[in-house]
Amino acid sequence: MSKDMMPGFELYQPDSVDGAVDLLGRYGGEAWALAGGNDSLDWFKDRVKRPQYVVDLSGLDELRGIREMDDGGIEIGAMTSLTEIESSALIQERYSVLADATRRVASPQIRNASTIGGNVCQDTRCWYYRYGVDCYRAGGNECYADTPEGQNREHCLWGADRCIAVSPSDTAPALVALDARMVVRNADGDREIAAEEFFIGPDIDIERMTVLEPGDVLTAIRIPADWAGARFYFEKVADRNTWDFPLVNIAAAMFVEGDTVQSIRIVAGAVQCIPRRLTAVEQAVTGQPKNEATAAVAGQTAVRGATPFNFNHFKIPLLQNLVTRAIRDA
Amino acid sequence: MSDKNLVTGPESFPEPRIDDGALTQVASTKASRRQFIKGVIASGAVASSAAVFLTACEPGEQAAAPASAGGVERLLTLNVNGQMRRVDVLPNETLAMTLRYKLNLTGTKLGCDRGECGACTVLLDDVAHYSCSTLTHAAKNMAITTVEGLESESGELHPVQQAMIDELGPQCGFCTPGQIMSAVALLTANPNPTRDEARLAMSGNLCRCGAYDNYLNSVMRAAEMA
Repeated sequence: MSKDMMPGFELYQPDSVDGAVDLLGRYGGEAWALAGGNDSLDWFKDRVKRPQYVVDLSGLDELRGIREMDDGGIEIGAMTSLTEIESSALIQERYSVLADATRRVASPQIRNASTIGGNVCQDTRCWYYRYGVDCYRAGGNECYADTPEGQNREHCLWGADRCIAVSPSDTAPALVALDARMVVRNADGDREIAAEEFFIGPDIDIERMTVLEPGDVLTAIRIPADWAGARFYFEKVADRNTWDFPLVNIAAAMFVEGDTVQSIRIVAGAVQCIPRRLTAVEQAVTGQPKNEATAAVAGQTAVRGATPFNFNHFKIPLLQNLVTRAIRDA
Repeated sequence: MSDKNLVTGPESFPEPRIDDGALTQVASTKASRRQFIKGVIASGAVASSAAVFLTACEPGEQAAAPASAGGVERLLTLNVNGQMRRVDVLPNETLAMTLRYKLNLTGTKLGCDRGECGACTVLLDDVAHYSCSTLTHAAKNMAITTVEGLESESGELHPVQQAMIDELGPQCGFCTPGQIMSAVALLTANPNPTRDEARLAMSGNLCRCGAYDNYLNSVMRAAEMA
């Protein structure tokens, strides 16, 4: 068996976040921030992404760990491993939706190495794009998935704009449901961005999935106290239980008083380029009794306006059922 | 590359820039087209943009620049199976490559080289990792354990290895070292797993023979033995 290597690059292992920011700022678009490496090394091995400078963040202990914040929320360092998050008593107790979502990522070995920052920043799985063709997202002028014979079973129901790829993350919908804040550092200092605004679609920039630009480092994710201890629901449907990316996933957080839904955030993954917050569902169920009828209405509301491609019609009833279950069973 | 002290295979590592030079040129050109046009529009100066463009096509020149703060040294001392091993490691080298082709620890297998099969599973500080998807430089401060490091000094097999034999765990055996390492990691963290916990812990290792139940039997027996 011949196994070749990934192409050469200069590797940096800075000993501080500021050192990493300095390197990434200096080399700009030629640099690549490396977290757990599970997504990055595949890109390099396939020679589709060829950075000249790789900045390995794995030695930065200041980016690891789960801390309680003064306002009752928690802060998760961007380089905290998914295994640490899924097994954290604090997260299981207050934000179990995040623990449940994290547990469904890939395989045990991948969760041991992968980080929450890497998971939310990973690139899309569209196989045409991954294969290295010159599609829109890769800088070209074509979408190979949006053609009569394009294999688009995994692609989007909403937000198509030349590119029809979807967000592949399981943790991202949970973080948007929890109204998390992403802390980003660059040469100008720290800034905090709502998770909902952190992810961007092809209409904003077709070449990236998040607001991060060259020189930016995601350093932490803050989860406010607002949704701590709410009722949660997470479910992921994939072709196989291990490794696979979601066909559709759903994350919900709600407060219920008596039998009435007081407030809710519900977010679907893998149906759009960004985690799709289902605001119509939120409006439809708020103030309603939490029962089968409301759940059914919620499911129907969720799929309104969905625009499928040749091979992904199945995602519509799939999403409808997941939303129905989320409202019924949370 | 000074490989005097190293145990290497018949060939040393190919320098990747040489063997795919043509591909590099094509890829760089494609990736740069939109950036190039943006640059021209932004600066209005074709000449200066072109200079940047041409520089960007020569990764070798820039990559040869001296390492500044945070740049890695190639000569590493790795803690492998309790021994300190000196080895010359390229920045773009995976741990599976280093173990198999520089340290001659070929018990660690390479299946997919993409983190999708588990044959390359090793322990880093007692936790299971895919060595094909780990840069060796990122593992330099961790205790690395491969399947060769499991037996005791007297040559007695690890309980997981013994249980694999007793329960006829493997069929063809190619995935077995990875399966064993996942089982060892599980039993280190959780000495008395339920069968479902074991199934979950072993779920990151594929077996093309489909000997999953035999492997699970082995893990459960090893838990009883230990």
